[in-house]
Amino acid sequence: MAEMMASGQQPHVLFWVGCAGSFDDRAKKITRAFVKILNKAGINFAVLGTEESCTGDPAKRAGNEFLFQMQALGNIQVLNAYEIKKIVTTCPHCFNTLKNEYPELGGNYEVKHHSQYLQELINDGKLTVEGGVFKGKKITFHDPCYLGRANDVYEAPRVLIEKLDAELLEMKRCKSNGLCCGAGGAQMFKEAEKGDKEINIERTEEAIAAQPEIIATGCPFCMTMMTDGVKIKEKEAELKVFDLAELIAKANDL
Amino acid sequence: MNISIIVFIVLLIAAVILFAKNVRTIIRNIKLGKDIDRNDRKSERFSLMAKVALGQSKMVVRPVAGLLHIVVYVGFIIINIEVLEIILDGVLGTHRLFAPLGYLYISLISVFEILALLVLVACVVFLIRRNVLRIKRFFSAEMTAWPRTDANLILITEILLMSAFLLMNAADAVLQNIGSEHYTQVGVFPVSSYLMSPLTGLSEKKLIFIERGLWWSHIVGIFAFLNYLPYSKHFHILLAFPNVFYSKLTPKGQFTNMEAVKKEVEMMFDPAADPYAAPAEPQGEPERFGAKDVTDLTWKQLMDAYTCTECGRCTDVCPANKTGKALSPRKILMDTRDRLVEVGKGISKNGKEFNDGKSLLRDYISEEEILACTTCNACTEACPVNNDPLSVIVDLRRFLIMEESKAPAEWTGMLTNIENNGAPWQFAQADRLKWKDEI
Repeated sequence: MAEMMASGQQPHVLFWVGCAGSFDDRAKKITRAFVKILNKAGINFAVLGTEESCTGDPAKRAGNEFLFQMQALGNIQVLNAYEIKKIVTTCPHCFNTLKNEYPELGGNYEVKHHSQYLQELINDGKLTVEGGVFKGKKITFHDPCYLGRANDVYEAPRVLIEKLDAELLEMKRCKSNGLCCGAGGAQMFKEAEKGDKEINIERTEEAIAAQPEIIATGCPFCMTMMTDGVKIKEKEAELKVFDLAELIAKANDL
Repeated sequence: MNISIIVFIVLLIAAVILFAKNVRTIIRNIKLGKDIDRNDRKSERFSLMAKVALGQSKMVVRPVAGLLHIVVYVGFIIINIEVLEIILDGVLGTHRLFAPLGYLYISLISVFEILALLVLVACVVFLIRRNVLRIKRFFSAEMTAWPRTDANLILITEILLMSAFLLMNAADAVLQNIGSEHYTQVGVFPVSSYLMSPLTGLSEKKLIFIERGLWWSHIVGIFAFLNYLPYSKHFHILLAFPNVFYSKLTPKGQFTNMEAVKKEVEMMFDPAADPYAAPAEPQGEPERFGAKDVTDLTWKQLMDAYTCTECGRCTDVCPANKTGKALSPRKILMDTRDRLVEVGKGISKNGKEFNDGKSLLRDYISEEEILACTTCNACTEACPVNNDPLSVIVDLRRFLIMEESKAPAEWTGMLTNIENNGAPWQFAQADRLKWKDEI
């Protein structure tokens, strides 16, 4: 972004990579897949790189409003300095925080989750998706809480899966009734409280019951939880977990 | 004036005064909460209330319970027109005051009777669900003896009220048949006509005794039930409407912004702020961050607690609860209500400065419970009256973390990482773009 600004350019959209997308090995693959799609669609985008910092979501959910606002104000200063208008992100937690919680602190942007953004690109004819390797595959979509219930985005991810000519299978608890993967509310960063089961196992079992070949997600934390769940259930051979961006990129041979 | 009219008027006035007094206490208790503006977007609020409260839209997500509930709800509202006649009859010493309405009257009473029968059947099914089928969500940890008894008492009372109404009409019809004085000829009604045979053949005196007895037990039952409401989960029949009206309208994922924190953080970011300036005169008591007790919550959160009717749909969809953790969103609101009632009683007795050394956090809700929440919003989505237990959990967490600096060790690490290197993990900020070069 700094380079663009220096050469007097303004990107069409800022891609907010997020901490998971920057540092988590599995999530970095999602980041790269999404960037490949953006390049293929010829989108003029930028990233903040080392100027990006945690949105503060886990701090806020854990109850540390002070740290959250420190992070938010720092990020808003950077975003406003670059006169950012539109942001796309592959993380529903960043998406929710940027879209809903930054405006009251002075950060007003048009914020899209990558599933919505990809749908837009397809609708605008900038991106074409053909089934490719996923044609006829059985895919179930795990609704991330911060995309679904938190922000009422249920359709965009499903539209993308249908574009792949895949067979969309719904789990018993889906859409507004979807079951959490267990990572939200900063649970990602601590052991679960005492109980008789891990939430991601409960969710993975439900996904397995729908008998898909692929579990699709739209969140790096859901990705971790579901991948772990599939591993523990020893289903790695027949059941893969992919992000929506990875599915679209793979279908387009990117 | 007839002695029964005097007795009736005294009972009526006593019931209304007592009820008003208890409602005032509840309103006062709700107002112990902090202020929050929920008067914006009025038209949206009215349509939400029409849909969710009046229209029961979230009840039918579970079709069996939902449809049965609608039967009881519609029955309750419509049969209340009959209560109006009963009250006027009682005050004026008349019998079936509205009978001159003719056909309209007959069809109205017929509708009431059919509804009464449906309500009765629904209540029996509800009792079976709770006591024979023992549906799981009515038996989780917080459903101790009192909440279960409360639910059964409500159902039994409704069954008794409906039975009294139907039997009363049956006795009335028999009295009409034998041409008893005062018993206006209004004909037989669709349900009570089946109850007439055991009553036929009894003496007129006995029949009048039965009819009057049922009339009195019906109306006295209603007065008693009215005054039971403020002590019961059944108070939801009144609070559901304002509670839905004052719902949170922002996206579910948007948590409240803490203004008090904002001021401090903005100061830190303001290059013109003088760090050595004398601190401004403290204005009143400094505000507590987050919630330790019910008085730290907003009035809306307290209204939620009084509106909760303990149906347990929230707990039934809670991922933490489903996997055996201590957290139950229903318990969060039940505890909030019980603590508020306790604080309210203390204030009524000892005045505003009452302090019993107890608090919502720890004396009622444990750290373990609030730490188990994934903030997934399944509970708020499921609640038929738009309660928000999640906001209470988050406010309790805020107190824990910001006032007591008490966080699980892993969270302390995560928070330190965000503070030091701008990510919840220990990675160098300089490595943020590494993904670009790793293929």
